[in-house]
Amino acid sequence: MSGEIIGTYATAICLLIGSAFIIVGVIGLLKFNDPMTRLHAPTKVGTIGIGMLLLASMIHSFVLGDTSVHEILIMAFLFVTAPISAHFIAKVSIHTRTCATPPPPPRDDTWSTLSVPEQEVQAEN
Amino acid sequence: MSRAFYWLLPHPLLTLLLAVVWTLLQNEFSAGMMVFGVFLGIIIPWGTSVWWPDTPKGFRLGKMASYCVMVLWDIVVANVQVAWIVLSVPNSKLKPAWIVVPLELRQPEAITVLAGTITLTPGTVSADLSEHGNSLLVHVLHTDDPDAVRDDIISRYQNRLKEIFK
Repeated sequence: MSGEIIGTYATAICLLIGSAFIIVGVIGLLKFNDPMTRLHAPTKVGTIGIGMLLLASMIHSFVLGDTSVHEILIMAFLFVTAPISAHFIAKVSIHTRTCATPPPPPRDDTWSTLSVPEQEVQAEN
Repeated sequence: MSRAFYWLLPHPLLTLLLAVVWTLLQNEFSAGMMVFGVFLGIIIPWGTSVWWPDTPKGFRLGKMASYCVMVLWDIVVANVQVAWIVLSVPNSKLKPAWIVVPLELRQPEAITVLAGTITLTPGTVSADLSEHGNSLLVHVLHTDDPDAVRDDIISRYQNRLKEIFK
């Protein structure tokens, strides 16, 4: 068995695993009925699903003879940006009160999303 | 000597990171582009240091590398667990929960890494920080024992990060 055939099989397996996890992520996104539980599905797709697709791309280009390392960078940028967008979606659903109210923090008064500056409280009254 | 070093390189690790990223972006290694990457790595942190005065001191690169490997492994394991939850647990039996993680880390960089780690490992999403940054609000997809998840985050991630950011 030559290296090229092994590489082709490895690429195919990586693509299959990645697509399977993306399908599971989409099923989760459709199935859950609460914004906070729905948020868990895309974080999963963003990590292992995309990771396996990028790994497949790397193996493929390596087998063809021109090594590509851009995929590592895509992975790194994705890992840095995905938690931030998830964090903001969570903050929005806390702010609009579309999820169960979180328990109060033990050492501070409230969560930063729910804390209202004093001037605004006076303006509302 | 040390002051001159920090004047020229306010964030030495950022310099290294920018040089590596620039070299990787070229997709083929050449000495000229690496020199240009180092040049960018010096000029960008130097130009933006006014807006970022506090360099995290005492950052341990070696421990951070082993932490990254551990987190990658956790992501793979947790992915399989969460995929199983998505496919097998019906909506009515799902037990989502809020948990509150008391933060012992004080540097913003360390808290950011902890929150990012919690979000990247599937099944948990860090949702909010308390007013003065003393606790972290985490949402768990499905758990029977929220306290165990909290203790797991503290012992597995926070204690390690405390050693990395001295």
